[in-house]
Amino acid sequence: MSTPTVGVLALQGDVREHARSLVESGAVAVAVRRPEELDQVDALVIPGGESTTMWKLAVAFEMFDPIQQRVKAGMPAYGSCAGMIMLADRIEGGIEGQQTLGGLDMVVRRNAFGRQVDSFEYDLDLPGIQGFRAIFIRAPWVESVGNDVEVLARAGDRIVAVRQGPLLATSFHPELTGDARVHSYFVEMVREL
Amino acid sequence: MSSPETTPSVGTARVKRGMAEMLKGGVIMDVVTPDQAKIAEDAGAVAVMALERVPADIRAQGGVSRMSDPDMIDGIISAVSIPVMAKARIGHFAEAQVLQSLGVDYVDESEVLTPADYANHIDKWRFTVPFVCGATNLGEALRRITEGAAMIRSKGEAGTGDVSNAVTHMRTIRAELKRLSSLPEDELYVAAKELQAPYELVAEVAREGKLPVVLFTAGGIATPADAAMMMQLGAEGVFVGSGIFKSGNPAQRAAAIVKATTFFDDPDVIAKVSRGLGEAMVGINVDDIPVPHRLAERGW
Repeated sequence: MSTPTVGVLALQGDVREHARSLVESGAVAVAVRRPEELDQVDALVIPGGESTTMWKLAVAFEMFDPIQQRVKAGMPAYGSCAGMIMLADRIEGGIEGQQTLGGLDMVVRRNAFGRQVDSFEYDLDLPGIQGFRAIFIRAPWVESVGNDVEVLARAGDRIVAVRQGPLLATSFHPELTGDARVHSYFVEMVREL
Repeated sequence: MSSPETTPSVGTARVKRGMAEMLKGGVIMDVVTPDQAKIAEDAGAVAVMALERVPADIRAQGGVSRMSDPDMIDGIISAVSIPVMAKARIGHFAEAQVLQSLGVDYVDESEVLTPADYANHIDKWRFTVPFVCGATNLGEALRRITEGAAMIRSKGEAGTGDVSNAVTHMRTIRAELKRLSSLPEDELYVAAKELQAPYELVAEVAREGKLPVVLFTAGGIATPADAAMMMQLGAEGVFVGSGIFKSGNPAQRAAAIVKATTFFDDPDVIAKVSRGLGEAMVGINVDDIPVPHRLAERGW
């Protein structure tokens, strides 16, 4: 699988930016809105956007269960910001009844860094990636992780990037910077699995 | 956060424009009370726009229309977890300062309210909070971006339920973008002069073939098919003003417009979600509104 096909969940959010970074990382990127489109991909990116909207649309268009089943079956997935919330087993600060796809054994707090006036840029180091300019927008953080979750990065003392097996999540938006190193890391994960 | 090597920077252009990127493919709904905000959130809105009166009521009641009461904005902020936008009058930088201090996530410098300054728009670079502004054509969009707008929306003719002006504005912006990107480089100087926008920005837009910020549509959108049409015309998302809470069944209509915006290119989905929505807002034809009362002509 030297050129994996990576889907970007295209119910809402910054789909195009993720697709561009994936292509730059050597993957074929396709938009995924329907179950039959999900069947065609080796891996899935859940973009930044509004997690409550994505959840409702995923349920309404019968995407929620199929994605959850693929994730359970070991499909690699990467979520940024709202995508991180979607991949968390447990969330704080969600709206009433808000469900997540889950997969990552962690608790994520929604909008934890504050409102838009608190949104910020910050230089981070991730394994093998030095000096990554990370953009945080009304961003969540990871409150706590299970034993099998590897913490990849912190901003101050807050966990903002994690990996558990084939699942990757970041609080920030590497797709907004034009720096494709985080996407290359994910595409490399997809190739290895 | 205290890290020895870096400090976080807030209010950068990337942070401001990035916020709008997160709203793409979504619907932003006008609300005047916390209860309406909750209905919008439950329907799948990506954000709500807090205002004193929806455009249809502003039109019907007349008078000067201003920023909302801070108590109402606070109430809306507490009621929902999605982003909250609010409108300030064109040029009214003090209203914008108040909105920033209330913690709203985006300020709409809006022609729907009564303009406070007929010469100058707000200098939006001075703010940490990002701004969205209306535009009827490319030059207007570029002038707002020059002043610091981090998101652009078509103006349409708010409060009418008549989508025709939004269509005109989107088609105009799209055609002007196409024309600009087809020009040879040596003609971009005159193009900048005609667009009344800085050469560097015009050259960037010509090179990329798109605005450097997200482009939404607004003004007169009242049905799922209206939203789908505007998305097919190149909008990256939709503002719905009076169209939801002036209709027979706001919750159901709001959810239908959200679905239509995601599946804008799938007529089967549009047909399905358009069923049984009850009464759409009654609406007014833009042609029946005397020119001095047309909101889209405010701003320049």
